[in-house]
Amino acid sequence: MLLIPCPWCGPRNEAEFHYGGEAHIARPPHPDALDDPAWADYLFMRSNPKGPFAERWVHSAGCRRWFHVVRDTATHRILAVYKIGDPPPSGGTGS
Amino acid sequence: MTQPFRLPRGGQIDRGRILRFSFDGQDYEGHPGDTLASALLANGVRLVARSFKYHRPRGIFAAGPEEPSALVQLETGGFTEPNRRATDIALYDGLRAASQHAWPRLENDLGALIGGVAPLFPAGFYYKTFIRPRGLWRYLWEPALRHMAGLGHAPASRDPSRYDKRHTHCDVLVIGAGPAGLSAALAAGRSGARVILADSDPLFGGALLRRAYRIGEEDGTAWAAEAVTELAAMPEVRLLPATTVLGRYDDNYFVAAERVGDLLGPAAPAGLPRLRLWHIRARQIVLAAGALERPLVFPGNDRPGVMLASAVESYIRHHAVLPGRRAVVFADNDDAYRTAATLTEAGAEIAAIVDPRDKPGLATQQIVRALPLWTGCMVVGTGGHKALRRVTIRPIAGNGSDTIIDCDLLAVSGGWNPTLHLYAQAQGRTRFDEGIAAFVPDGEVAGVEVVGAARGSFALSKCLADGAAAGARAATSCGFASAEISEPPIVPDDETGPNRLSLLPLPQGGRHAFVDLHNDVTAADIALAAREGFIASEHVKRYTTLGMGTDQGKTGNVVGLALLATMTGRDIGETAPTTFRPPYVPVAFGLLAGRAKGRLAEPVRVTPMHEWHIAAGAVFEDVGQWKRARYYPRPEEDMMAAVRRECLAARDGVALLDASTLGKIEVAGPDAGRFLDRIYINRWQNLGVGHCRYGVMCREDGMVFDDGVGARLAPDRFFLTTTTGNAAAVFDWLEEWLQTEWPELDVFCTSVTEEWANATLVGWAARDVLALLAPGLALDSAAFPHMTMREADIGGIPARIFRVSFSGELSYEINVPADQGLELWERLIAVGEPFGITPYGTEAMHVMRAEKGYIIVGQETDGSVTPVDLGLGALVARDKDCLGRRSLARSDTVRLDRKQLVGLLPDNPGDVIPEGAQLVAVLGDVPLVMPGPHPGMIGHVTSSYFGARIGRSFALGLVQNGRSRHGERVWAPLPDRPIAARICPPVFYDPEGARRDG
Repeated sequence: MLLIPCPWCGPRNEAEFHYGGEAHIARPPHPDALDDPAWADYLFMRSNPKGPFAERWVHSAGCRRWFHVVRDTATHRILAVYKIGDPPPSGGTGS
Repeated sequence: MTQPFRLPRGGQIDRGRILRFSFDGQDYEGHPGDTLASALLANGVRLVARSFKYHRPRGIFAAGPEEPSALVQLETGGFTEPNRRATDIALYDGLRAASQHAWPRLENDLGALIGGVAPLFPAGFYYKTFIRPRGLWRYLWEPALRHMAGLGHAPASRDPSRYDKRHTHCDVLVIGAGPAGLSAALAAGRSGARVILADSDPLFGGALLRRAYRIGEEDGTAWAAEAVTELAAMPEVRLLPATTVLGRYDDNYFVAAERVGDLLGPAAPAGLPRLRLWHIRARQIVLAAGALERPLVFPGNDRPGVMLASAVESYIRHHAVLPGRRAVVFADNDDAYRTAATLTEAGAEIAAIVDPRDKPGLATQQIVRALPLWTGCMVVGTGGHKALRRVTIRPIAGNGSDTIIDCDLLAVSGGWNPTLHLYAQAQGRTRFDEGIAAFVPDGEVAGVEVVGAARGSFALSKCLADGAAAGARAATSCGFASAEISEPPIVPDDETGPNRLSLLPLPQGGRHAFVDLHNDVTAADIALAAREGFIASEHVKRYTTLGMGTDQGKTGNVVGLALLATMTGRDIGETAPTTFRPPYVPVAFGLLAGRAKGRLAEPVRVTPMHEWHIAAGAVFEDVGQWKRARYYPRPEEDMMAAVRRECLAARDGVALLDASTLGKIEVAGPDAGRFLDRIYINRWQNLGVGHCRYGVMCREDGMVFDDGVGARLAPDRFFLTTTTGNAAAVFDWLEEWLQTEWPELDVFCTSVTEEWANATLVGWAARDVLALLAPGLALDSAAFPHMTMREADIGGIPARIFRVSFSGELSYEINVPADQGLELWERLIAVGEPFGITPYGTEAMHVMRAEKGYIIVGQETDGSVTPVDLGLGALVARDKDCLGRRSLARSDTVRLDRKQLVGLLPDNPGDVIPEGAQLVAVLGDVPLVMPGPHPGMIGHVTSSYFGARIGRSFALGLVQNGRSRHGERVWAPLPDRPIAARICPPVFYDPEGARRDG
């Protein structure tokens, strides 16, 4: 049960949150301009690093806000938390 | 004479009170402070169980939660619990327990005949033997084996007990209340930190309770009692005795089971929970969980009367019970010599100390003196049928002859394993320490301190000092200034020299030399597994069932690993221990459920009109958490008749549906229209105020996610409806895109599902009924056409009336504030009475919508269906982007052989094809039932009913390239017979929509 520091509410149990997959996958501004492989890349392909990973979480049983978490996928340690729209912290996210 | 093995003095029991209990129908007496195991031993009961596989007689082997043998069925009826360890059942007055897995009786168990042919049942026996003939497994082998094997019985009736849960936080969680844990708790507690101290025993003290220690000027037990008194007085310290920490999860989250009413049995006060589940979030933990003693592996090491040396000491000093009067101690380490001393002090005779080592450590000399010592020897057999009567001793080297020694107790010790379960769950690494011949923690884990025997540090002085230091460190890292460390008490040196892992030469290849007493795994089984190529510990575990019992191999696993390593020519350090999974001990399902059972298992959502439906005799169905009226049977009516009557009422007169459960979302803000254009495949920006529109939303992969009708309430305000079961998911979907992708849009979403009740008035007479209630509202089709909405006052009730239709008839969905829903409903029923207004449920709703070919998301769709597949391709706006639109042009979504929505008319109008049935294009050339996908399979049925108005059965289905197959015949190959049907367009009733628009 991770203890996730929601940037709006503070540390809360993982059970209050939902997971939203890899962060910083921007929706292409002009989907029609992409060929099938490029669209499929946006749609399906995600990185799966062992180590720091920037991902999205939503505090669904709390403030209902989406935010970003950098979590080490090997140790489950949460290395950083930041709001939507903020850039990932320096030091890389593994992706 | 009662309790013949009870010692006259000592122990942590209350001799002033007598507790009566029974085992296998025989009455006995014990005292508060006893466990069932100690009380049985006090009464001279040795045989308490039959083993899992061979039905061998078994006794009490340990004194704690690691017990592999003495499993009993506790109590009867709904309260009963199988496989309870007699060693951690606290004795209470009136306790009733029974042996398990013996037939007809424990003393004369017919299953024991298996023991005589044990060589026929080696590891992997079941896999190899019962595989052929295949058909017999289900009907013969499995039922027979299930009768023979297995342990206790699950309760057949409802458990009357209550179970509770508590959630809490602390700065420092100390697990284990032995000398190290008590010291740690004291040091942390004195700093002011919030401390929780948990131990699975009802009495704190750990090893201090089982051995005579001196701490400073006092007894170890007195020191422990004082420590507990001091801790109990600290306001920030919570003591949790009789609480077993079951598992460690991420970020120091712990789950623990506290025995509360369980300590008192079925007669516990009604308000008391039987067990309490603790969820504990700790900033720091001190793991002082101690160590578990290992057995030695030799033939006959499972006979009742063979007991771990530490358990012998526990029974003598903690429970004041002498487990035997004439004892042999068989150990490969110096520590167990103290067991001999404890036995002597308690009045037992030591018949022999048998040590496979040639030279015991110096510390033993003082103890041995007058005791008969057999060094370089081992026990090679035990005798006595249902209780130990003698052991056979043989020199390990040379050709020395056997010696038989009479005894009624054999105390064994093969060293100690630090209890690493929780440490391993914290991702702690281990290494094999040659000095103590055990796996120990390796390196540091943030937030986890491991001290005392759990770290492989057994000396009492070190346990006290390291515990105090760890407790202080833990408190300091939580921000508490550590209190002045008091002068450590003087503790006599009790270093016990190195341990080793003795693997004895085994006669007969290790038959009857048990490694895992719980699952009857012998050294011979491990050897067989190694010979057959099972090298990895996880494989050997699964092949032999080593460590797979309810005790999870707490005593035998490491010994088994060592055997495996030797047999495969490796070092034990190279073999990895099997994973330490939670829970540490078996847990009752009731505890995990807590109070969330029966009516409290899940929230129940009801509409404002619910009580009316109940009074009208409705039959309900669950839709998500909602209770929805499915149909309203009249006396003598079955479902089919009721649904038929309700459908005809709606088609031919007027009927009323409670549609309050529809998901409702208001989307407001200047950018609301633009936002909806991106969400829905069709256009919403151009929707006029007061107008309604049907919309479909897709996921980015182009698959239909939800649909529903919405309306524009104002230029900057939309009202959406969603599928009942999908309301929360749609709302989350809107929020996700607004927050993460389009934060620049000025839009706000509000869930208003619960705010509005919805009474849907259906049928050609709906207009007449509504006119009576809202006389001021123009209802003719010119003033209030299909797909528009009006706000109106219905006799003082503010209403939003949507003229939309899910039935194909003239229909008004009347939305009113939820608290006036029942009033509206009753008024509609009253004014509609002269028109024969009929309430109808979801089943009639389904039939009518299917007759019109209207889909239900989740029924016609399954996450792999696009709008184009459903025939809704024309909805996709060409001049705007939206979620999923690009995916509709992917090579996979434009395939010609995709399954498309079609109608199906069975040849026999009385045949209703079961929903979910597969459809095949050919019949006869291929067998109907065959493994794998049927070659002719081209689709499946999604909805299927008997249509009341069309007077025949019909169905909707998804069929490959279905829109080009209208007129073709397909079959639903059911197990008993095929049903033939013809593919047709998916609209069966009023395709022009004249009734709806009229």
